[in-house]
Parts: sequence; C-alpha cells; structure tokens
Amino acid sequence: MSEFLAMGGYAAFVWPSYVIGIGGLAVLALVSLRQWRAAKAELGRLEAAGLSRRGRREDR
Amino acid sequence: MVGNVAPPGRSLHRFANPGRFMRLSGALLPWLAAAAVLVCAVGVVWGLVFAPRDWQQGDTVRIMYVHVPAAWWAMGGYLGLAVASFVSLVWRHPLADVAAVAIAPVGAVFTAICLATGSLWGKPMWGAWWVWDARLTSVLVLFFLYLGHIALTNAFDEPERAARPAAILALIGAINLPIIKFSVDWWNTLHQPASVTRFDAPAVHVDILWPLLISGLGFGLAFAAIVLLRMRTVLIERRVRAILAARGMEGAGVSRPVPAA
Repeated sequence: MSEFLAMGGYAAFVWPSYVIGIGGLAVLALVSLRQWRAAKAELGRLEAAGLSRRGRREDR
Repeated sequence: MVGNVAPPGRSLHRFANPGRFMRLSGALLPWLAAAAVLVCAVGVVWGLVFAPRDWQQGDTVRIMYVHVPAAWWAMGGYLGLAVASFVSLVWRHPLADVAAVAIAPVGAVFTAICLATGSLWGKPMWGAWWVWDARLTSVLVLFFLYLGHIALTNAFDEPERAARPAAILALIGAINLPIIKFSVDWWNTLHQPASVTRFDAPAVHVDILWPLLISGLGFGLAFAAIVLLRMRTVLIERRVRAILAARGMEGAGVSRPVPAA
C-alpha cells in the first residue's frame, strides 16, 4: 500500500494531478448544481407571487 | 428572447424549442451524470492501479489519464463553442447562444486542469514547470479565449446582447484549434507529438490505450452533463429576467436578476 502511495517516488506529482483533475470536475459540477438550484428557486418565488410570462400578456 | 427566427430544416427546429429542450435534457441528465461518475471512476482506478508504469517515465505516466482527457475536451469543448457560435450568428438558433454561454466556463475549467496537470508532469520529466513551447503556449491562449468569452458574456446587462460579439470572438479564436493540434508537428516542441489521435494507428500499447480511452469517455460524459445542466440554468435565468423585465421590476427590490452563467 505504501508502495502504491509512493508512486515510484513521483507521489508529489501524480497525486496532485488526480486531486486537481477529479476535484476540479467535482467542484465545477457542484457549483453548477448550486446555480441551477438558485435559478429554480428564483423562478419559483416569482411564480408563487403570481408573476409569469402569461401575466405579462394579460397586461397588454 | 431575441431572435426566434426558425432555422432551416424542420428536424433541427424541433430541438430549437427551449421547452422541448428542458424536457429532453431533464430526462437525459440523471443518466448522463451517473454514467459520467461511473466511467470516470473506472478510468481513474484503472489508470492509478492497473495500468503499467512507463519504462522511461515511471509512475508519472499515470498523470496522462487526467491530463490527456482534459486536453481532448478542452479542445472539443472549444469546437462546440465555435459551432454553437456559428449557428447563433447565422441562424439565430435560440439554444445556440445558450449552449455557447454554458460551454465557456466548463471549457475553461478543463483547460485549467490540462495546464495544471501538464505542469505537474513537466516538472519531473522535463525539469521545468513551464516552457514557452508552441503546444503549451497555444493551450494557454485557449484558456484566455475561454476567459475572454466569459468576460464578454458578463459585460452586458442583457445577456442576449452579448451573443453576437461573444460569437465573433469564439469564431476568430477557433483558428487556435488547428494551431494547438498541429503545433507538435509544425514546431520543434518540448511537448511530445500525438500518440493516440494520429492518422495511422495509435502508437501506445493497449494496456495504456484502454484506460486512456475510458478516462477520455468519462471526462467527455462529465463535460456533456455539466454543459446540459448549465444550459438549463441559463434558460431558467433568462426566463426570470424576462418576467422581471416585463413587470418593470428590475432593481425594484423584489428580486435581483441573476447574471447569466
């Protein structure tokens, strides 16, 4: 196991690469998911307040 | 939404409908995300544990299973950005601009991963974190093109008005793609030439090729899933903006318009 972690002496380069690669993708996915939830919540608030694009047409 | 001009071809037009897109992408996204996680996990474990170490590069060759897929989709993403920008400019396809806005940040992250892991590979193998050779420099330019697209998109109060200048930037920047691809052939770069995406057979052994292709597929699925999610977000944000604008409530304290992407 310690031999695996040592990566033939290149642990300082191999492990950060995987952390950056997989971590980067994970953070991007989570941030994108949070932005999606925020946008959905915003639309939900507006629709709950009776605002929608249908409402806009009634104004005209 | 600006420019609801029907694009040519009914088959294409069917997917132009944002409502239809929301339904289709909503059904597809959970499967796409699950496949991305699964295939990435297989690629990572295969690359870290089962793939052989290189006789010259030792275990640093394992960096390749992150670096090369990130590079592939950094470039593939820009190709997608350029195509979406072209469709947005020429046919005013209502989803093309949304796709471009969604792709740029994802492409920027993939390019950053490519640059960072390349640096971590370059230090032990070349003795330098960075060299200004043609391959590295052109990928750095790709990163700045993505950042420029993001900055331009966010520079306008109405995101739809940014579509045209951002699309022109993306198309001009597309000239960088063949420069990246062929930089290793045209110039005497420190970066090694292509060993997988060659016109003849790949020059790597199957024990290395398989985990690389699986990792590449996993990164591609992740790219697609995140872009779809971001496209859905942009569409919802624009609907919110449209409602607020129609009600004249922008900045009226009821709700703050969410900046696109």
